Amino acid sequence: MKLTINGEMREILKSQTLGELIRELNIQAPNFAMALNQQVIPKSKYTTTPIQENDEVEIVHAVGGGV
Amino acid sequence: MNKNNEFMKIGDKTFKSRLIVGTGKYKSFDETRQAIEISGAEMVTVAVRRIELDKNKDSILNHLDPQKYTFLPNTAGCYTQKEAVMTCELAREAGLGNIVKVEVIGDEKTLFPDNEATLEASKALIKEGFHVLPYCTDDVVLCKKLEDIGCTAVMPLAAPIGSGLGIRNPYNIKLILEAVKIPVIIDAGVGTASDASRAMELGVSGILMNTAIAGAKDPLKMALAMKMAVECGRMAYESGRIPKKLYASASSPLDGLVEL
Repeated sequence: MKLTINGEMREILKSQTLGELIRELNIQAPNFAMALNQQVIPKSKYTTTPIQENDEVEIVHAVGGGV
Repeated sequence: MNKNNEFMKIGDKTFKSRLIVGTGKYKSFDETRQAIEISGAEMVTVAVRRIELDKNKDSILNHLDPQKYTFLPNTAGCYTQKEAVMTCELAREAGLGNIVKVEVIGDEKTLFPDNEATLEASKALIKEGFHVLPYCTDDVVLCKKLEDIGCTAVMPLAAPIGSGLGIRNPYNIKLILEAVKIPVIIDAGVGTASDASRAMELGVSGILMNTAIAGAKDPLKMALAMKMAVECGRMAYESGRIPKKLYASASSPLDGLVEL
């Protein structure tokens, strides 16, 4: 299944939900957040949120920055 | 005399330090951590960006104790209301809290804010339960509007971001201080310690800075200089300075003067 993750086209092998996608991509940032098709998804819903072909996924975290 | 400065109140939190610092532009996470520690800041701002896939890079959050610091996620780099709102929602979901610095840039060269988009983004975020601290120009009418819609504080710029020009228009900052009841925090433009002191002497609640510390030749020493400058400026403000006069006013008594 093809997804756009952080603006990059990716072939995903086995994930059916956001929760599985985090494991497949091996995301280990201490604090991160996700949006699916421009909707922010609460952490509690990752395992129950299905992903489909051509979905747009954003995975973000905190970085150094100021003004 | 009360030697201790009053606390800074933002939303439902109080801070002993009136200095808020950014976490960008440092050479390493270690230098970031040390500079922040020396600055005495209790609130630190962070940006929200895409994770680089396939790279398990270290994170700034591994170096800053969340028990010690209140995070202030910012929307730096956002050019639209939609981007700014979504960035704040993502930041809250990432566990960075619900006090946010809203920044909607309107011009790439000056990094001046798009004030209309900032107002709209702030409105939307307040509805969603955020404590909103908007970065804005030093415009009294705008700051009143931002207060009216329910912003927690206003953050007028002193000078363009990263310019180090200091407070370009102290009179505008004075007018804003008279016009609004919410905290006024100077955001951006500070270059050196005297700029920070001057801002605090005007009576602002706090100052946010990043480049002035991170870009100094010795960031750790500058972090200490800024800590002291903010404290000194605040103390002078609370002390109440003497009025400015055109002519001299002797401080020695005229009685008992030796007369020849």
